Amino acid sequence: MIARLLLGLAVLFLLAFLISPDSFAGLFQPLTKNNAPAIYTQTSLLSLTLSHLGLVALAVAASTLVAVALGVLVTRPAGREFLPLARTVTSVGQTFPPVAVLALAVPMMGFGAGPTLVALFLYGLLPIFENTLTGLTNQRPEVTEAARAMGMTPRQRLWQVELPLAMPLILAGVRLSAVISLATATIGSTVAAKTLGEVIIAGLLSSNTAFVVQGGLVVGLLAILIYEGFQALEGRLSRRIGLAQG
Amino acid sequence: MIEIQNLTKRYDGNTVVDDVSLTVETGQIAALVGTSGSGKTTLLRMINRLVEPSAGRVLIDGQDTAAIAPYLLRRRIGYAIQGHGLFPHRTVAQNIATVPRLLNWPEAEIRARVDELLAMFQLDPTQFRDRMPHELSGGQQQRVGVARALAARPELLLMDEPFGALDPVIRAKAQEDLRALQRRLGTTLVIVTHDMEEAVALGDRIAVMDKGRLLQYAPPAEILTRPATPFVQELIGTGERPFRLLSLSRVADLVQPGEAPGAPISAEASLRDALADCLWTGRDRLPVDGGGVVTLAALRERAAGADIGSAARASAGSPAR
Ligand SMILES: Nc1ncnc2c1ncn2[C@@H]1O[C@H](COP(=O)(O)OP(=O)(O)OP(=O)(O)O)[C@@H](O)[C@H]1O
Ligand SMILES: [Mg+2]
Repeated sequence: MIARLLLGLAVLFLLAFLISPDSFAGLFQPLTKNNAPAIYTQTSLLSLTLSHLGLVALAVAASTLVAVALGVLVTRPAGREFLPLARTVTSVGQTFPPVAVLALAVPMMGFGAGPTLVALFLYGLLPIFENTLTGLTNQRPEVTEAARAMGMTPRQRLWQVELPLAMPLILAGVRLSAVISLATATIGSTVAAKTLGEVIIAGLLSSNTAFVVQGGLVVGLLAILIYEGFQALEGRLSRRIGLAQG
Repeated sequence: MIEIQNLTKRYDGNTVVDDVSLTVETGQIAALVGTSGSGKTTLLRMINRLVEPSAGRVLIDGQDTAAIAPYLLRRRIGYAIQGHGLFPHRTVAQNIATVPRLLNWPEAEIRARVDELLAMFQLDPTQFRDRMPHELSGGQQQRVGVARALAARPELLLMDEPFGALDPVIRAKAQEDLRALQRRLGTTLVIVTHDMEEAVALGDRIAVMDKGRLLQYAPPAEILTRPATPFVQELIGTGERPFRLLSLSRVADLVQPGEAPGAPISAEASLRDALADCLWTGRDRLPVDGGGVVTLAALRERAAGADIGSAARASAGSPAR
């Protein structure tokens, strides 16, 4: 109950701050020196936030599509032999530093959103892939058996039974990816992608702590809200199929 | 009619079903009994090809099942298992509607069928239709599992310990209902059970398995009076035998002319109930509803295997190999 209230307040605060950042100037003034501006105004915070979210959404959607497809592929009899390969690819995607991906992608794709999308996409594959794998393989045997015994084709079993039952876990993977990407996207601003990283970098360059804090604050709040939103959805699905109590 | 011919299943060198042949006539119930690990489930699952045989074949109404695509074959065969295997993400109605939906029945017909089945299993449709499986008791889940197996009116029904999770009272009721239902629909039924009592109550014939082999396949009376091997005899439990024999027949089968005082017994009651009544009330003859009496002497004779033994011998088709 209290958690809900806090979340509601966070949403309100975030909206108010993004719509009218100047009203909060007083709050950030103590963090500035030498009468520097308290609020970043080069680009509107709202438009930066929207493009930041858009970038993350696009990248996570792409990772989800690819990771779930991979997860499905390697759990089919025909694709089982690709499991080690898929594991390697997704782990490398996660361990290869996004900054390095940016550095490699810029010469090929030029500055802008492209390299950031690639970095986020690669970075987000692993959690979704691993969770899809767990969700599809750890199903109650009598349920999968019943699906076979009822005369469902392999495709019908996948769409009507296996994927719906794996959905809470898949969503948990997407949640992790989304939250990681939300933070990681800030580095995109080093290669001219429009993200909230722009505010933070501007703060670093001009030694303006207020900018750094407000950029970080917006990203942090977004991450919390997205995290909670996904978790609520997962909880709802799990409860519906009797996996979790409450 | 199901004809199982020389069916064998081996798992890396281990023969878990060993050259089993048996025939279940249309509209009959075959009960598979045997100790744990004797291959009952494996045998059952080879009928709808959840397990592919290593050798031998299964014919359904003369058609070799190996020639039918497994998913099409399975839509024709009802299947109910212990632990029911309901789809946890689907409502009771959606669970029951699984096979009709796969067969593309019209929506209205599916809805009517679901309600009909729910009512048949004493589950009020308005109350249960939209519940999720985890919102049901174990016994209710079990019944929904059986309803799902029956939904598309299969001519053949396979059940693997469907009543394992039920308490004795509900279990007896469920067996009775299943028996009545099966008689009414004329479904051919193969049911696996651990429980000899259940096999005797339900089976037109009982197949006794041990270590993958079929030891005896015969009507209950014959299994009880003439067990083919010491193992079968042990499985029957000699202490229970007279009572199981009596439970096979109705009072109506043993009624003789005469009159007796005291409370009458229904002609539909089992002879076992009649014996219990005699013992409990200290009478040696009971009046039967609709006229006549049943005597303790006749009950004793029947319990010792008289009559039935010879009748069973006459009616037994092919005894075990
Ligand atoms: N997929 C499998 N791979 C290897 N062995 C198996 C497999 N399935 C079953 N078995 C073995 O086959 C034997 C028979 O198993 P089955 O499940 O048919 O027994 P059952 O008679 O149904 O036993 P229960 O009464 O305990 O259910 C067992 O020894 C079991 O370990
Ligand atoms: Mg079994």
